[in-house]
Amino acid sequence: MKKWNLVIDVAKCFNCNCCTLACHDEYGGNEFPGYAAEMPKLGHRWIDIEQRETGRRPMVEVSYLPVMCNHCDNPPCLEAAKDGAVVKRADGIVLIVPEKAVGQRQIVDACPYGAVFWNDEKQLPQAWPFDAHLLDAGWTRTRGSQVCPTQAMRTLHVTDEEMTRLAQTEVLEVRSPERGTQPRVYYRHLDRLRSVFIGGALSGVLAGILECIAEARIRLMHGGKALAEKRSDTFGEFRFSGLAPDSGAYTLHIEVAGFREKLIEVQLHRDSVCLDAIELEAAGAPPAAVTAHEPTTA
Amino acid sequence: MAIAEVKFSALLFGLSGVLRLMGSRHPRFARRLAGRNLTAQMRTADYAVARHFTFQDGRVRSGRGLHAAPDITVTVANAELGLKLFRLRPDHLERVEAMKNFQLQAEGPDDLVVWFTQTLNMIPTLFWKYGTDLGNGVTRYVSNTNGGPVFVHVKNGRILRITPIEFDTSDAPSWSIEARGRRFVPPRQTTVAPHTMCAKSTIYSTGRLLYPMKRVDFDPNGERNCGNRGISGYERISWDEALNIVASEIKRVKRDFGPGAIMGTHGSHHTWGNIGYYISAAYRFFNAIGTTKVVHNPDSWEGWYWGAMHHYGYSMRLGQVETYGLVEDLLKEAEMVVFWSADPETTSGSYAAFEGTSRRQWLRELGIEVVHIDPYYNHTAALLGGKWIAPRPGTDAAMAMAIAHVWISEGLYDKKFVAERCVGFELWRDYLLGNQDGVPKTPEWQEAETGVPAREVRALARRWGSSKTYLGAGGWGNGHGGACRSATGIQWARALACLMAMQGMGRPGVNYGLLQWGTPIDLNFSFPGYSDGGMSGDVEGTAIALSLYLRMPQLPTFNPPTQKVPRLRIPEAILEGHAEGYPWDGKTIEGQFQKFTYPKTGHAPVQMLYKYGGASIGTMTDTNRYVKAYRTDKLPFVVNQSIWFEGEAKFADILLPACSSFERWDISEFGGTGGYALHGQTQMNHRVVLMQHKCIEPLGESKSDFQIFTELASRLGLGTYFCEGMSELDWVKRMFDASDLPKHITWKKFLKKGYYVVPVPAENRRHPPALRWFYEGRKKDVPEPHPLPGDYTEQYLEGLQTQSGKFEFECSSLKRFDPDDPERPPIVKYLPSWEGCHSPLHGRYPLQLISPHSRFSYHTMSDGKESAINEIREHRVLVNGYYYWVIRINAQDAAERAIALNDLVLVHNERGAIVCAARVTERLPRGVVHSYSSSAVYDPMGDPGYSVDRGGCVNQLTPKRSIAKQVMGTAANSCLVQVVRWDGSSGQWSASVAATEMEAAS
Repeated sequence: MKKWNLVIDVAKCFNCNCCTLACHDEYGGNEFPGYAAEMPKLGHRWIDIEQRETGRRPMVEVSYLPVMCNHCDNPPCLEAAKDGAVVKRADGIVLIVPEKAVGQRQIVDACPYGAVFWNDEKQLPQAWPFDAHLLDAGWTRTRGSQVCPTQAMRTLHVTDEEMTRLAQTEVLEVRSPERGTQPRVYYRHLDRLRSVFIGGALSGVLAGILECIAEARIRLMHGGKALAEKRSDTFGEFRFSGLAPDSGAYTLHIEVAGFREKLIEVQLHRDSVCLDAIELEAAGAPPAAVTAHEPTTA
Repeated sequence: MAIAEVKFSALLFGLSGVLRLMGSRHPRFARRLAGRNLTAQMRTADYAVARHFTFQDGRVRSGRGLHAAPDITVTVANAELGLKLFRLRPDHLERVEAMKNFQLQAEGPDDLVVWFTQTLNMIPTLFWKYGTDLGNGVTRYVSNTNGGPVFVHVKNGRILRITPIEFDTSDAPSWSIEARGRRFVPPRQTTVAPHTMCAKSTIYSTGRLLYPMKRVDFDPNGERNCGNRGISGYERISWDEALNIVASEIKRVKRDFGPGAIMGTHGSHHTWGNIGYYISAAYRFFNAIGTTKVVHNPDSWEGWYWGAMHHYGYSMRLGQVETYGLVEDLLKEAEMVVFWSADPETTSGSYAAFEGTSRRQWLRELGIEVVHIDPYYNHTAALLGGKWIAPRPGTDAAMAMAIAHVWISEGLYDKKFVAERCVGFELWRDYLLGNQDGVPKTPEWQEAETGVPAREVRALARRWGSSKTYLGAGGWGNGHGGACRSATGIQWARALACLMAMQGMGRPGVNYGLLQWGTPIDLNFSFPGYSDGGMSGDVEGTAIALSLYLRMPQLPTFNPPTQKVPRLRIPEAILEGHAEGYPWDGKTIEGQFQKFTYPKTGHAPVQMLYKYGGASIGTMTDTNRYVKAYRTDKLPFVVNQSIWFEGEAKFADILLPACSSFERWDISEFGGTGGYALHGQTQMNHRVVLMQHKCIEPLGESKSDFQIFTELASRLGLGTYFCEGMSELDWVKRMFDASDLPKHITWKKFLKKGYYVVPVPAENRRHPPALRWFYEGRKKDVPEPHPLPGDYTEQYLEGLQTQSGKFEFECSSLKRFDPDDPERPPIVKYLPSWEGCHSPLHGRYPLQLISPHSRFSYHTMSDGKESAINEIREHRVLVNGYYYWVIRINAQDAAERAIALNDLVLVHNERGAIVCAARVTERLPRGVVHSYSSSAVYDPMGDPGYSVDRGGCVNQLTPKRSIAKQVMGTAANSCLVQVVRWDGSSGQWSASVAATEMEAAS
């Protein structure tokens, strides 16, 4: 049978927060018996957006991660709930039944994603119910999907088999798969939230003037193997993205006509490395030793 | 008896029957009829026909002939006219003419006349139905906001939810553009901005003003205690008491002081709609009572208006060029887009929500190179990627000149265009080469100013000069916001205009834009924009004479006093009794040269402020000034008409609670601005004209602005003149009839469904690209009725608005005005910012603060007041139970100050001090801090105007100084501050200490 899934493209999220505001709009001042009690006016973020910044000027990357109840197929909250306060519907949606969940704070504690909020006034655990009351009434998209200006958030009503296939073809991931919770909220480009990059800007003297060096060939070496190859752009810049933090030593191998070949060793720690002033030496100048780079910022 | 007299007599007789019948059938009408007890008489001037109607406790009686003592009498010149004017669908031109020529007159108390005529006009509306039944007691209405149009689901009289509009199959198809082998189609729905998506939370906010209020220690007949404004509390009073006080104050100050004693002013864009908005109902009211006008500066245009305009004209666009057809041209031709001080993903094209966002995604798909020049790694850059260049704030003009220097040195410009379509290039070229001052404006020269490596500027210049490049300047692409609002804003806009001339603006792939303006929609369909004047009748102060008056005849209005106060000088006008400024007048290039002063000869000093909306403290510059101006006896009376109790509303003597636009009728178009932003609808993917349904009843005792103005005007005998005896809904219908809508959709259907999507023209009927005609030396062929015919130098429709008709590197208008003005010489030259890295104060206040428009709120709309956006961590941060405004600071600058993420910091200079929450980031270079302007919350921790504010009004810190001496513009982005960890005290900053510091430094 067809079940509900959410697919979020991290590369398209730009933190406009329309999905979080639509969630406030839907549950603020409203209650939907059987689905959700009213959300407190302030203080709850049933849909939230985390952000992450990496790199430093002039190369910065900012990524945003919309997070919400994952509607897990193996939901820890269900395990923790008593008296049927949490239900897993046949269409995949997990509901905290407001009429039954009063006082069950353990439901909040059970969620490994911190997606369940405690309503102090109502003594009630609350989470984003996948707008199930709307889908049940014939809506085909969640409020967040509908309002997203970049179409970063897609509501999919497909069979599990089809979803598995989509996850493979679109390279989708879920958050913390190692917990075995089996979320129904999938992410594209989730890598942007954890990977780092090695970037740089090449310059060199041409006709007596320091210029950006475009069209240089830069190879990234790691563990004796060439990982990737890039050409420097108009501004002499290049960037190798998608690297693992703390992944050790890399070597940049830079070649461009008219300049000496250059090797730079880079130690990748927690954050990205941006070498914004790599000056190439003119061909014919005495050879220089391999430059080692230690990032100045942690 | 003549036949007409028989007929008119019969019509009046019939009317009495209709009144009774409608009263028995429609409970709403029965309630209306029960609203007043009076006898109204209608007669012809010669008494040939007369009938009276007596309304008593909801019952209607009528009799033929004259009544002995009618409360009101409506007189029509003769029976023929009576038949015309009182038919079911009267011709408004005939009605207006009859009123103007004293052929239709009313006697008796004005409020009764308004009630009687509005009641008669109500009859046809009783059959109208609106909204779509969604089942389960839910009705879907439609509304429009400055952040996009919306569906409003209402249940039991309460708003359930607000969503964007998803088009259905009966709505007109969308356009598509084929470019480089791909076909691009926009999404079949509208988008909404965050400040609209949170609307429900602010409508039902406890921050709403729900009742008329009076400051507790304000006594209009005794002690006024003006110094206590902002300190004393308020007590609830009745509408009658509130309106009577305001009406008697209006009369008093006019009687005791003379014309100009009332100053009327509005904030910018706090709601939306062609009828109930400020350039409509409010202007009509202010003109009707006679006010000293507050002259806004062109605050989104500044550098383009005061600067770039002199090079190419476009005064009717306030110095920004035309943008027709540019989405298609860019997608088909451009190889690079340079975003310069442009963050459309934050500024939303002002009223265009996220309509341009989906289009800019296509840049990536087409592999078009992008460059972002902005001290802040802004949201557009973060989304699209590309090269980020971060000049020091206020130095961009130096970089632009260095780009021109490279082009000249390496021959990378359109020499034919410069020779044939431009004048004065040689003079500017010589300046750039250093032939005038010995300083060549090289990339190395600019590096010292901007901090941007010379090699990067050279690389940019070469790439730009050798490939088809769009310049996306400011949020609209052809200017708007950002760097134009700084001490060097004029230079920046001028230099950019010169760059575009050097590249041959109008050449395929070479133009202004960033896919924000210029979609291929139908511009021949007429629906007026908000600045086309609505019901204002204001033929002098709006675009009504050009765009609407012929279609929607109405009683014209004029403001008798001609005294003006610059909006940025309201405090000086009040406190010092003197102010001067230069006007925002786009009719001609020379409009801006006409200096004015306050007080104006023969006029009264301002004694009363009628404030509509509440935004000054959060939106103007050096805004502790405004607080001080409120707290003085020099301003004896302040009335504020506001939806929320916030900002300067807390400084009023009388508060009139206005309802939100969701609680009243209106009609408008998505982003339909008109006026100086003509055809701004091309920012939208679809032209959508909207009914703004009255979705819910006004909350509490709040009333629509139209209603408040009507009731106040009635107390001055001006009610009938103000509303022409019609309700808001009647005016909405008039606006519908005045547009092209009736040619395409019936009123019945439009009213019910609530919106209409204007069909797109066929691909071969699209408007040609902007400026192509100029590039190719042809007659102007875009649908732009500017400049004024008399502003063409030679042949009509040939050439630009400048004296030469060409692009002028050396501006003849500036030569005529003041060739020796060092701040605005005839060719653009670089002059460092008066508040920047070279300023003496830089040592004491070493951080440059840029304060662009907020991403999540709109001016003060949607901030504070329990708005859901308070939860957005980029907007406000909850620390110890208080939602603090956010300031962004470079990581190293923060580390040196021991500031970590979400630490509370004191941001201060000699003008003020505010507490913010810090966001530590690499998105800013060292020495620059970034915090949005427009906090709605002003929350002084001590004496208002003199103490630390924790509400986040960064506008307290920005300079009041005008961009240049001979203009009146805001330079808010030229601002030096210091940031330190906040010790939690309110005594960490005091105005007197700061003033001493300033003296020591200067």
